[in-house]
Amino acid sequence: MSSVVLNEIRKGFYLDSVALMRISREVAAAPGVAEAALMMGTPANVAIMKNAGLLKDGKTNAQGNDLILAVRAESEAAGREALALAEKALDKPKTQGESAEAWRPRSIAAAVKSIDGLNLALISVPGDFAAAEARKALSRDLHVMMFSDNVSVEDERSLKELARERGLLMMGPDCGTAIINGAPLAFANNVKRGGIGVIGASGTGTQEVTCLISEAGGGISHAIGVGGRDLKKDIGGITTLMAIDALDADPATERVVLISKPPHPDVAKAVLARIAKSPKPYVICFIGAKSAELPPNARFAATLKQAAELALDGRPISKGYDAGAEAKRHARRKGASKIEGLYSGGTLCAEAQVILASGGRKVASNAAIPDVPDLAAPEANGRERIIDLGSDEYTKGRPHPMIDPSVRDDALRAALKDPSVAVILVDVVIGYGAHSDPAGHLVQVVEKRGKDAPLIVGSVCGTEQDPQIRSAQARRLQDAGILVAPSNADACKLALALVTSG
Amino acid sequence: MSDEKKSPVQKLLSTEVKVVNVGLEGFVKDLKHCNIGVVHVDWSPPAGGDPAMAALLAKLGV
Amino acid sequence: MKLIEDANKEAVKRILEGEPRLIDILPAREVLKGLKEKMILHAGPPITWDRMCGPMRGAVAGAIVFEGWAPDLKAAEQLAASGGVEFHPNHHFGAVGPMTGMTTVSMPLFVVENAKFKNRTYCAINEGLGKVMRFGGNDESVLNRLRWLRDVFGPQLAKAIRALGSIDLKSITARGLSMGDELHQRNLACSSVFLREVAPTMARVVEDKEQLAECLAFIAKNDQFFLNLAMPMGKAMTDPAKGIKGSTVVTAMCRNGTDFGIRVSGTGDQWFTAPVEMPEGLYFPGYSEKDANPDMGDSAIVETIGLGGFAMAAAPAVAGFVGAGAPSAAANFTRSMSEIAVGQNPEWTIAAMDFAGVPTGIDVRLVVETGIVPLINTGIAHKEPGVGQVGAGVVKAPMGCFTQAVRAIAKELGVS
Repeated sequence: MSSVVLNEIRKGFYLDSVALMRISREVAAAPGVAEAALMMGTPANVAIMKNAGLLKDGKTNAQGNDLILAVRAESEAAGREALALAEKALDKPKTQGESAEAWRPRSIAAAVKSIDGLNLALISVPGDFAAAEARKALSRDLHVMMFSDNVSVEDERSLKELARERGLLMMGPDCGTAIINGAPLAFANNVKRGGIGVIGASGTGTQEVTCLISEAGGGISHAIGVGGRDLKKDIGGITTLMAIDALDADPATERVVLISKPPHPDVAKAVLARIAKSPKPYVICFIGAKSAELPPNARFAATLKQAAELALDGRPISKGYDAGAEAKRHARRKGASKIEGLYSGGTLCAEAQVILASGGRKVASNAAIPDVPDLAAPEANGRERIIDLGSDEYTKGRPHPMIDPSVRDDALRAALKDPSVAVILVDVVIGYGAHSDPAGHLVQVVEKRGKDAPLIVGSVCGTEQDPQIRSAQARRLQDAGILVAPSNADACKLALALVTSG
Repeated sequence: MSDEKKSPVQKLLSTEVKVVNVGLEGFVKDLKHCNIGVVHVDWSPPAGGDPAMAALLAKLGV
Repeated sequence: MKLIEDANKEAVKRILEGEPRLIDILPAREVLKGLKEKMILHAGPPITWDRMCGPMRGAVAGAIVFEGWAPDLKAAEQLAASGGVEFHPNHHFGAVGPMTGMTTVSMPLFVVENAKFKNRTYCAINEGLGKVMRFGGNDESVLNRLRWLRDVFGPQLAKAIRALGSIDLKSITARGLSMGDELHQRNLACSSVFLREVAPTMARVVEDKEQLAECLAFIAKNDQFFLNLAMPMGKAMTDPAKGIKGSTVVTAMCRNGTDFGIRVSGTGDQWFTAPVEMPEGLYFPGYSEKDANPDMGDSAIVETIGLGGFAMAAAPAVAGFVGAGAPSAAANFTRSMSEIAVGQNPEWTIAAMDFAGVPTGIDVRLVVETGIVPLINTGIAHKEPGVGQVGAGVVKAPMGCFTQAVRAIAKELGVS
């Protein structure tokens, strides 16, 4: 079959990456189309398109501010139709529900000049430009929450030092979740207000802990995101330390939960020393660490679920749930013995590794916790794979799986067909920023599986008040024969029980 | 504590958050749904996406 | 960068402090130092005969015949093509001119003085609508009108202006903004106010009743009369802001039908040029884009001081007419222009925007950073000489001028 490559360039036409992905997917699904992509003409994107065989003659004149429309089709006619489809999608009016005449500032400077009371910049532009935008925000006395990643460590350090100088919070880069004074920002959930403050270097870690607390009848004062690298040596916990100061001084906060992957030892020491000076009780959850030397006002939680329980002063969560009893009700697939974890949330993936490893399983991951081999290492051979699909290698040129669940689809289909897999472990993350129906999407992918397919075990990270409604999502999954546990930790326990029983 | 004595972070934790959104437009509808004041910046790469010019402008203090 | 911010503050301060006043009308040879016979001043940055567009060539030929340097239009063209006349930008001689912008020795020029800094600028009298030299017209009717301006109108109006002492152009502008003018495409209110200011005095100083009637009628039937006063007013305000070290504020914008040129305070008289863009707008019945001439004229000096496209919010009717969108979108144009300007003019306010001042002091750094180029309200000329105006619209200043300017300033300041 011959293959026709067609390119079109729209000069000076910019659309954000997620909007482009959606259109790309629509076009790729058009009849006769093998591959399609709409991307800004940055060198990185051009390389991606070239490698995908999407550039005519392997090259392009497009610049960084130009949009490249590329299609590879089985015929010229199919290609032209697909391009026309793309043009139509691009020319659709941009915003619904907003008057087409509404003025939109083109810069932070203009926004601040014309509107009073702005106090926080939420930045999600491509990494190459994110630091410059953050600087503009900080210099105008705005706090910053930066969802963008692929920002250099040097830039992160410099931004956090600038923020500290000005007394401002620099949440990120790579910060997906925050709840400030009841306002859910980016990927966050509608949780009850109360006295528990959270400092999170991890998005889904913060989401799981705040949701479990809220569903169990507790409440959150604030959840401050610090970004995935804040507790690394090069950054030294700048934002974490500022967050501790802020929550200590906040009258609404009675106790604090700190969630992160294990910090660099020097940084851990500094942070814990600061916590020792606090009048409030702290729960320390370093996911993947076995323990830590803690001051008297701090307690250690090995999992997110345990962190939530300790924050609620020992009140058990999902008390009535018996993973062992639940496991006995389901037969394991003949000849299969492995657990495969397919996660959209990085910290949920880490929690799974913690629980499975301490349950005696040999696991490997692309986002491995300490003492777990990396997927690519030779020791990983034969181990159970617990995969973080939101990790960099999966999100180059694709949106995060929490925004676009289809990133997980191929891996799911492959796991369903894998004769060695007995149980597939998944997370379904809802709330603001997430897909409008992640459970529905998941069900669509797996519903045609045969009776002899692996068991699917999952949990819904979210609350009843979230737009997707937690119980509705859980029911959708259960109706499709997916086993739903009340938390990720419980789901992992169930998976363990399923593969070790009988 | 009176407002003047509060640090900028303490002020943030005790006032209404008002957001300027720079980047993914998808965040705007969720913020509006929660009645959070938000203005979306119609952002495109500075200097037409030319990194050398953007760097020069940054040095000239823009 | 502090040096730049301080320099820009100074530039905007000088622009806002200007006190432009019309003080006289005099022949070009008496006021433009260095202007000689066989010299033609034109709109826009420097250009040679071979690169001139149709209307510009038509106007040049007409000006040559008007001054008597050739017996007819054909001979005039040959003279021009053979290098028999020198071409210079109006700006190089302290003048400005709309569209083709022809300025030659015997033409009567408005003399505008900035009373604050004592600098002076000049501009020919607006010929009116239809077949005129500024659109490349060059037949007997055009030349006769120029002769009348030289021999009758200019000197008579000059008598009235001298009798009044001077006329404050800033305050007429402020009143016009509150009456639906933006000072580029719409000058009807300002032209009417101007007539109100001079008519009583003209009645006293013009002895011949017939001439008085002709002169008053000439102003009365020209909606765009004040444009040729707004333009030298603009240059008079920006000239004192030239040459401030490190300033990135634009001091001139102009076009010659082929190239668009800007000057920036920190780089003095250096031109940054790029090909002009095509205007986008609405056409008079019978005409369309295929008839349009590329953008032309020194009139972009009014945008340089925050009027015209920058003050679109004051003239919503213009927004609709020039095809720039619904009248309700007019305010968005002004808001966009605010994003690339350093300050506001507190004396020229727009009621529809809660009396915000017009955006003043275009910063080339902000233009390149945001991708927002200055928007210019403009008339659209027919590409054939002498046909006249065929529409009105909006044209963008080309980004190339601003990126060149940024690089030049950076070099000037030793930043790389």
